Amino acid sequence: MTNQTYQPGQHPNLPPPKNLIGPVAWIKHNLFNGVANSILTLLALLLLYITIPPFLDWAIISADWSGNSADACSREGACWVFIKVWFQQLMFGRFPGDQIWRIELAYVLCIASAIPLFFSVVPGKVKAFIVGFLLLVYPILCYFLFYGGMGLEVIETPLWGGLFLTLVIAVTGIVASLPIGILLALGRRSTMPIIRAICVAFIEFWRGIPLITVLFMASVMFPLFVPDDLNPDKLIRALIGVALFSSAYMAEVIRGGLQAIPKGQYEAAAALGLNFWKSMLLVILPQALKLVIPGIVNTFIGLFKDTTLVLIIGLFDLLGMAQSASTNPEWLAFTIEGYVFAAFGYFVFCFGMSRYSQRLERLLNTGHKR
Amino acid sequence: MKLIKLALATAITVTVASSAVAGPVLDKIKQKGFIQCGVSQGLPGFSNPSEDGTWSGLDVDFCRTVAAAIFGDASKVKYTPLSAKERFTALQSGEIDVLSRNTTWTETRDTSLGLNFTATTYYDGQGFMVRKDLGVKSALELNGASVCTNQGTTTELNMADYFRKNGMTYEPVVFEKADEVVAAYDAGRCDVYTTDKSGLAAQRTKLKKPTDHMVLPETISKEPLGPVVAQGDDELFDIVKWSIYATIEAEEMGLNSGNIAKILTNPSANPDQLRFVGKEGQLGQNLGLDAKWAYNIIREVGNYGEIFDRNIGPLELPRGINNLWSNGGIMYSPPLR
Amino acid sequence: MSAQIDSSRPAKPPAWRDPNVTAMFFQVLVLSLVLYVIYTLINNTMMNLAARGIASGFDFLSTSSGFSISETLIEYDESSSYGRVFWVGLMNTLLVSFLGIMLATVLGFIMGVARLSSNWIVAKIAMIYVDTLRNIPLLLQLFFWYFAVLRPLPKPKAAIDWFDSIFLSNRGLYMPKPIFESGFGLIWAALIVAIIGIFFMRRWAKKRQEKTGEQFPVLLTSLGIIIGMPLLAAIITGFPMSWDFPELKGFNFKGGMVLTPEFCSLLFALSIYTSSFIAEIVRSGIMAVNKGQTEAAYALGLRPNLTTRLIIIPQALRVIIPPLTSQYLNLTKNSSLAAAIAYPDLVAVFAGTTLNQTGQAVEIMAMTLSVYLGLSLLISTLMNWYNARMALVER
Repeated sequence: MTNQTYQPGQHPNLPPPKNLIGPVAWIKHNLFNGVANSILTLLALLLLYITIPPFLDWAIISADWSGNSADACSREGACWVFIKVWFQQLMFGRFPGDQIWRIELAYVLCIASAIPLFFSVVPGKVKAFIVGFLLLVYPILCYFLFYGGMGLEVIETPLWGGLFLTLVIAVTGIVASLPIGILLALGRRSTMPIIRAICVAFIEFWRGIPLITVLFMASVMFPLFVPDDLNPDKLIRALIGVALFSSAYMAEVIRGGLQAIPKGQYEAAAALGLNFWKSMLLVILPQALKLVIPGIVNTFIGLFKDTTLVLIIGLFDLLGMAQSASTNPEWLAFTIEGYVFAAFGYFVFCFGMSRYSQRLERLLNTGHKR
Repeated sequence: MKLIKLALATAITVTVASSAVAGPVLDKIKQKGFIQCGVSQGLPGFSNPSEDGTWSGLDVDFCRTVAAAIFGDASKVKYTPLSAKERFTALQSGEIDVLSRNTTWTETRDTSLGLNFTATTYYDGQGFMVRKDLGVKSALELNGASVCTNQGTTTELNMADYFRKNGMTYEPVVFEKADEVVAAYDAGRCDVYTTDKSGLAAQRTKLKKPTDHMVLPETISKEPLGPVVAQGDDELFDIVKWSIYATIEAEEMGLNSGNIAKILTNPSANPDQLRFVGKEGQLGQNLGLDAKWAYNIIREVGNYGEIFDRNIGPLELPRGINNLWSNGGIMYSPPLR
Repeated sequence: MSAQIDSSRPAKPPAWRDPNVTAMFFQVLVLSLVLYVIYTLINNTMMNLAARGIASGFDFLSTSSGFSISETLIEYDESSSYGRVFWVGLMNTLLVSFLGIMLATVLGFIMGVARLSSNWIVAKIAMIYVDTLRNIPLLLQLFFWYFAVLRPLPKPKAAIDWFDSIFLSNRGLYMPKPIFESGFGLIWAALIVAIIGIFFMRRWAKKRQEKTGEQFPVLLTSLGIIIGMPLLAAIITGFPMSWDFPELKGFNFKGGMVLTPEFCSLLFALSIYTSSFIAEIVRSGIMAVNKGQTEAAYALGLRPNLTTRLIIIPQALRVIIPPLTSQYLNLTKNSSLAAAIAYPDLVAVFAGTTLNQTGQAVEIMAMTLSVYLGLSLLISTLMNWYNARMALVER
């Protein structure tokens, strides 16, 4: 111990006390502060020890990565050869191999045109143009690319499948459910009693019934309800079912946003002489939608996951393809690999969407909170 | 895009057209230029999709037969894979034109379900499949077993009858899709897998080691399987029925896809053969079809024997009662004249 | 510009600009359109049904079904009617939904609180749990629990057993079943008395606390009463209960109670999936409680445990209940996925097998949809009632 003295202001900066920094202190503070917490930590570590090493061993260390048939699987761990062999089917279903470039082209187009939207340097006008392209021109382009016509070979929808089909259903459902949901939400908030009653009945009906029954009716009972000459493709009927189903949820989310807008905004818009639609489009909806972005994205995520139910009506989406691949005699025991791969696929999309929504929320947060 | 089209179409039909009466299905088929045929989701030998999405099997071939009769082109068929649960609703609603999905002909289905069974294309019976290491030799030893089967089939009813009749108990495990039944049976959820014997033979090929499993000797029911159409269109009913009979008749006459072309150019052929290919008589006209309808069927799809050998042969099932009546079976066509 | 201003009352606007008139016109237009669409749909359906000779009406409900169902809560056999099948399916749906809601709520609360834990590793595990499970489709989880977990389980002959009374195999989990003999009624009576007693004791304890500020160990006393009373009754009557042990006979276990793989995987999948959503709801509910509340509670000298129980949770519940309701609704509706894995719920046995055997799709689907709509209504009403009770009473 030295008893050195310093002039005021001359004392050198000392390192903080040892017991407040460093990994040991962190561990002590965050993991072992108190008896209960220490027990919890030990239990958690035990849980991790039980689950993680065997999983890693199964998924990576003992797994089989190379080979082209089931013979290459040693059965000591996961056999990713299964995924490798079935990869094309898992991605595109039974879409003819020489036509897959059409789907890939559509993916590339979508990604390439969407990239500028993520950079703030791109001027607003260009962005508006791109959004217009994606919403108006791109779907038509996709229709011809996917289905055929205009000189391209026609690929019937039963051949569509895998992740591609999942994306088609999810994206169509998302794009269709938002406007319908907005209309329903506005209708539910309307002062006109009949409109309101119709919208409430519609929303509550769709929210009250299971999607699986909707899909069943859409897939096999639909022609019973409509005139004979109206018989669209099974996929389209499933799409309509999914879109209507999620639009009811969307309507409730948007209604929450509409309710959160202060009355003054409505009155101010009316004072400016804006009619109903103009005040909605220019004043209320932009604010309301911004408020409920998390809810909207959650509905999208829900819809994306709900697309799996189409496998019950015999469409082979990503999960359906994974399941069908694992009922192939040669690959009968590879159920788990198929499920894990499909789970990973869904996780990437849903998790990505939820993370993006959080980013968007921060980005658009122009201060409604006091 | 298609969605917009459909929305428009809905709006227009809903506002303009009032209640449309169900027109004859045949007109609709001719108008759209193909047959929508309901088949099973994957049953080797009956209807099975290959990896590129083309369908093959006995049930599929009878769809093609009808297409050949109507359009002269067996490829004018579109397939709708259906689970057992969906099939009748799909046919009732008009979602499909013909249901060719190893469906058993029963009185209730023929009457109150609004269906018409055309003719039997495969005589079958329900059986049981078990693992060999279970040591079971007879269905009567199955007391207390767990039994996997498909939802909404006659199988479910027959099984209940059989176990009740013999004073045995069982635990039914009933799945919606055949693939799930196989997966559950393979995972050991059930001791027994029951369905039509042909189905058992077909599903056995889907198991990891088919030789580890055996089909028990008992046949507990009669299962005449064949294509079905909805009530209300007698013309289509006749066409489907006689298309099936044409394949049986052709086998009896010794006509097949290889030799039928020769009949057309052979002036000294038998009169019944000439009638069959449309050189004489007016069989086609009676059905409202081209005179060469039967010729087209045999040329494009083949006779019953060919269809059977091509599809059921690989399952190593004997022809048995599905042989021609002249060969000791019960396949018998009313005369085409 | 002429400055002539009409000083008389403004003229009535023309009808097409009068908001009241246009609104009325618009409503009538929409209503007639909707009615017309509904009329056309019904009309078409009737015509199509008649044209195709499909039986209609509800007579089929009284005819006998002829098939067997693996799990039934009410008495049922092959000679029971289709109407009975409906009830069997409904009961199974209700059972799995009810247990699922319970389990999901408990798991969800644990995980939601764990995410906010000061223990880093616990918080992270809870985060991974929530993020993973809510981003994977329920149907996939259901298949996973069913097929992936079923496959490695042993055959009945090689079942894993505990004390020769609980057996786990790929046929399910077999447990001893209690058989109540005569005299057991007294134990039930004791249980009911205990419950009533606890109810009054809590009221008394609350009143006392409000008057004197003294706390009464309600939880411990309740536990004591609810275990003690029936136990006492049991001792008095000399345990009028025996156990029916499962036993391996032939192919399978006989006797005892069984949780089938179908039921377990459906219950697991439903409650685990929903719990990940409930965890998020609970977390955001707790975070919505102003930090000042916690600080105030600490300032009053409340321990963290009590703070959570008495200050945070009651306030958080107000935020939690409305979204929780929709999760309960979702769980109930999602139980219809049972059809995919052979659990005999309403959709599987009624909208599945019965529909196929009778072919009366319209009637059966109408009944099924009504049940789900009714259940939704019931749950919403219950939760709204609870919500109204919990809502902040503002002065």
